[in-house]
Amino acid sequence: MKEFLLHYHYWVVVFLMMTGLYAVVASGNLLKKVVGLNVFQASVFMLYISLGVVDGGAVPILRPEVTVYSNPLPHVLILTAIVVGVATTSLALALVVRIKEAYGTVEEDDIHRRDEAE
Amino acid sequence: MMLDNLAVAQVVAPLAAAPACLLPWRRVAWLLATTCSGFSFACALVLLGAALDGGVVVSEIGGWPAPFGIEYRIDLANALVLTIVSGISTIVLVTAFASLDGEIEPGRQPLFYSVWLLCLSGLLGMAATADAFNFFVFLEISSLSSYALIAMGRDRRALTAAFQYLVMGTIGATFILIAVAFLYLSTGTLNMADMAERLPSVSGSRTVASAFAFLTVGIGLKMAMFPLHQWLPNAYAFAPGAVSAFLAATATKVAVYGLVRFVFSVFGVDYSFGSMPLPLVLAALAAAAVLVASTVAIYQENLKRMLAYSSVAQIGYMLLGISLASPAGVAAAMAHVFNHALIKGALFLSLGCLAWRYRSSVGAELAGAGRAMPFTCGAFVVGALSLVGVPLTAGFASKWLLLSAAFQAGWWPLAVVVVIGSLLAAIYMWRALEVLYRRPASPAPVREAPLVLLVPTWVLALANVYFGFATEYSVGVAEAAAAWLFVATP
Amino acid sequence: MTDLVLAALFVMMIMTALAAIRLTDLFAVVIMFSIYSLLAASMFVVMDAVDVALTEAAVDAGIATILMLATLVLTDRWERPSARLRMVPLAVVCLTGAVLLYGTLDMPIFGDASSPANTHLATYYLTESPGEVGLPNVVTSVLASYRAYDTLGEVAVIFTAGVGVLALLGAARSGRGGAAPMRDNPVPRVIAKIMIPLIILFALYVQLHGDFGPGGGFQAGVIFAAAIILYAIVFGVDAAAQVIPPAGLKVMMTGGVLLFAGTGFVTMALGGAFLDYDVLVRDPLAGQHLGIVLVELGIGITVAAVVISVFLAFAGRRRAR
Repeated sequence: MKEFLLHYHYWVVVFLMMTGLYAVVASGNLLKKVVGLNVFQASVFMLYISLGVVDGGAVPILRPEVTVYSNPLPHVLILTAIVVGVATTSLALALVVRIKEAYGTVEEDDIHRRDEAE
Repeated sequence: MMLDNLAVAQVVAPLAAAPACLLPWRRVAWLLATTCSGFSFACALVLLGAALDGGVVVSEIGGWPAPFGIEYRIDLANALVLTIVSGISTIVLVTAFASLDGEIEPGRQPLFYSVWLLCLSGLLGMAATADAFNFFVFLEISSLSSYALIAMGRDRRALTAAFQYLVMGTIGATFILIAVAFLYLSTGTLNMADMAERLPSVSGSRTVASAFAFLTVGIGLKMAMFPLHQWLPNAYAFAPGAVSAFLAATATKVAVYGLVRFVFSVFGVDYSFGSMPLPLVLAALAAAAVLVASTVAIYQENLKRMLAYSSVAQIGYMLLGISLASPAGVAAAMAHVFNHALIKGALFLSLGCLAWRYRSSVGAELAGAGRAMPFTCGAFVVGALSLVGVPLTAGFASKWLLLSAAFQAGWWPLAVVVVIGSLLAAIYMWRALEVLYRRPASPAPVREAPLVLLVPTWVLALANVYFGFATEYSVGVAEAAAAWLFVATP
Repeated sequence: MTDLVLAALFVMMIMTALAAIRLTDLFAVVIMFSIYSLLAASMFVVMDAVDVALTEAAVDAGIATILMLATLVLTDRWERPSARLRMVPLAVVCLTGAVLLYGTLDMPIFGDASSPANTHLATYYLTESPGEVGLPNVVTSVLASYRAYDTLGEVAVIFTAGVGVLALLGAARSGRGGAAPMRDNPVPRVIAKIMIPLIILFALYVQLHGDFGPGGGFQAGVIFAAAIILYAIVFGVDAAAQVIPPAGLKVMMTGGVLLFAGTGFVTMALGGAFLDYDVLVRDPLAGQHLGIVLVELGIGITVAAVVISVFLAFAGRRRAR
C-alpha cells in the first residue's frame, strides 16, 4: 500500500492537473474555463508540496523536541503562487462579467458568432 | 556600492509609485508615471554604462547572499533589455497625455497609469533578476497588468482579447512554474547561477529534460512563438493605442530575453543545443512564424492587426538567430530585440496619431491620411522602411547581421526565409502606404496630430535612422552581449 | 494511517475534479471546486504544509468561491452542454500529461530526506534561521526575510488585481446595493452579529501570531476581508460601504504597499541593501523581527483592502438583462 502511494502519487497529481487543463482548453463556457484554470493550478501546488515532504518530518515550526522537519521552501513558493492564482482569477472573473454585459453571453461560440456578424 | 542599489531601485520605484498614482487628478498621475518611468530609464542607462565597462552588477536583496536570498545580476544582455523597456515606456507615456483622452474616461485614467507602472516594474524585474522563482513572480506582475491594460480598450473585443490572453498566459506561467519545480527538485536551489553549477551533474535526468520542455513552451506562449501566438493579434489590435505601442515593443522581447537567459546561463549551451533538439525545433517554428504570419498580415484590413501579425514574424527572426547557436546568431537576435522595439514603437505610435484624428485603425477609413497628416505618415513611412530592412535603417542592421550569421553557420534555407520574409513585409507595408497616400482624400480636411503625440513618434522614427548609421551602439552592444553569454555559459 | 488518509483524499479529489468539469450546472461546478480546494487544503495539512493549508482554505475555498458565485449571479447558471469529447484539446492535454509523467520518472521517492530539494537551501534555512532571523516559524522567516522580495512582488500582484478589477468593474455603486434580502431574517442576522467580531479577532490573531505558528499577513488579510464580506452579504453592500468606504479602501491598498516598499527604502537609506532588516535597529535579530512585523502588516492591510474592494465591485454590479 505504501509502496503504491510512494510511486504513484505523482500520477494522481498529474491526472488532476490534466483534468483542469482539459476543462480550460475544451470548455466553451468562460466561467468553466476559469474553474478549470484553478483546478489546474491547485494541482500544481500539490505537486510542489509533495516534493518537500520528508518521511518522519514535522511541520517546519521549530520546536526543541523535534529534530527532523519537512522542507519549508516549497511552502513559501506555493504561498506566493496561491495568491498569484487568486489575483488572476479575480481579474478573469471581472472580464467574464464585462463580457456578459457587452455580448449578452459567456459561451465562446456565441461570442465568435456575434463578432463575425459585425 | 551605489550601482547595486540602482539595480533594485529601477524596479521598485515604479512598483512603489503605482499605488501613489491612485489620485483623483489624472494629469498628476500622468506626471508621476512619466517621471518614474524616466527615473528607471536613467538607472538603466547607468547600468548599461557599467556593464559596457565589463562589470556585472550584483545586488543581494535583503542583504542575504545568494542562493539563500534573491539576487539581481545585471550584465550586458539584460542591461540592453532594461534600457529598451524603460526607454520605450517613457517615450510612449509622453504620448499618453493626449492619446488616452480619446479612449479612456478621465475617472479611470489614474488607474490606467497605476497599472502601467506595475507592468513596467514587472518587465524590468523579469529582466534584472537572477532567481528563477523571482522571474516567475515578476512575469505574473507584468502579465496581470497587461491583461488589465488591454481590457481597457474601447472596443468590446478588447475584453475577449484580454480574456484569451489571460487564459493562454496563465497556462504559460503555470508551465514555467512546473519547470521551476522540476529544476528545484533536481538541483535544490532557485538561484540561476547556482542551478547552472549543479545541473551538469544531473543533466541526463528526465526531470531536467521535462523542465526544459515546459520552460520553452511556457516562455513560448509569452513571446507569441508560432503556433502559440493566437492571443497576440487581437490583444494588440484592440488595446488602447499607448498600450499596443508599449507592449508590442517590449513585452514579447523580455520573454525572448528570458529564453536566452535560461538557455545560456542556466541550462548551458552544450545541453540546450547539444542534448536537446532546440536548434531544429526553434528554426522550424521560427521559419513558420516568419512565412505564415507575414502572409496573414497581407490580408488584414485593420492596420493594428497587420502590425501585430508582423510582430509575430519579427519574433520569428529573433528565434532564428537564437537557433543558429552561434555568437553571431545570438548577436543578431539581441540586436533585433533592440531594433524591433524602435520599429514597432514608431509604427504603433504613428497609428496612434492617426487614430487620434480618424478614430479608427482600419485601412479603408484612413484613406488619404498621407496628404492630411504628412508628418504622421512620414514617421510611418520611416518605420515601414526600417521594418522591411532598407539599408541605412535599424531594421537593415539586424537583418544583415542575421543573414551573415546564417551564411556563417551554413544554414542557407534560413537566409532564404529571411529574404522572403522581407519581401512579404514589403508587400503588406506597401498595401498600407498605398491606402494612406494614393486613394482620394476623404471629404473632411483633417489637421495634423498634436505635438505631444507627434514629437515622441518622430523621436522613435529618427532613432531608427540613427541606429541604422551608428550601429556600434545597437549592434556593437548586442555583439558584446552575445559574446559574454557564450563565455559565461556553464 | 496517514497513507489511508492520503488515499481517501486522493480519491475524493479525483471525484470532485471530474465532477467539476463534467457538470453543466455551474453552481454545482463552483461548489465542487470549493470542495476540491478544501480537500487540497487537507492534503497540505497531511503533508506538513500548515501555512499553505491555511492560505489555500481561506483563498481558494473562500474568496475564489465567493467571487465565482458572484460572477454566476451576474451571468448564466447553466452551461451549454456539449456531449462529445473534443479531440484536439484532449490530444494536447494527453501530450502535456505524458511529458509531465516522463519528468516524474527520475524524481526522488516521496518523502526522501536526502533529495537535492530537501537538502542545500532547506537545511540552511532550518539550521541557520534561529541565529539570523530568530523566529520559530521557518516559513515566515523565509517568506518575510530571506525571500521578502518575492513577497513584495506577490503584494504587487494582488494590488494589480485590485486596481484591475476596479478599472473593469468600477467601485461599488450604492443604489443597487440597497438590497439585503437576509437583513430581515433573524437567523443570519444574529449569527452574523456573533461571528463577525470573532472572525475579526481571529484575523488579528493570525496576523500577529504568524511568527510562532501558521499565519501571517496573507491569511489574516483574507480572514479580515471575510468578516466584512459576511457583513455585506447579510446587511447589504450599502451598509458595508458605510463601515469601510471605497475611498478608505483605496487608501488602505496604497498604504499597505507603501508600508512594505517603504520599509525597504528605509533600510536602503540606513545604508543597507533593500529590505535588509539588520540595519533597522542596533541588534540585528530585533531588527529582523521589526522588519518582519512591519512587512506582514503591510501585506495584511493591502490584502484585506483588495479582497473587500473586489467583492464590493462585483456585488455592486447590476445584472445585465
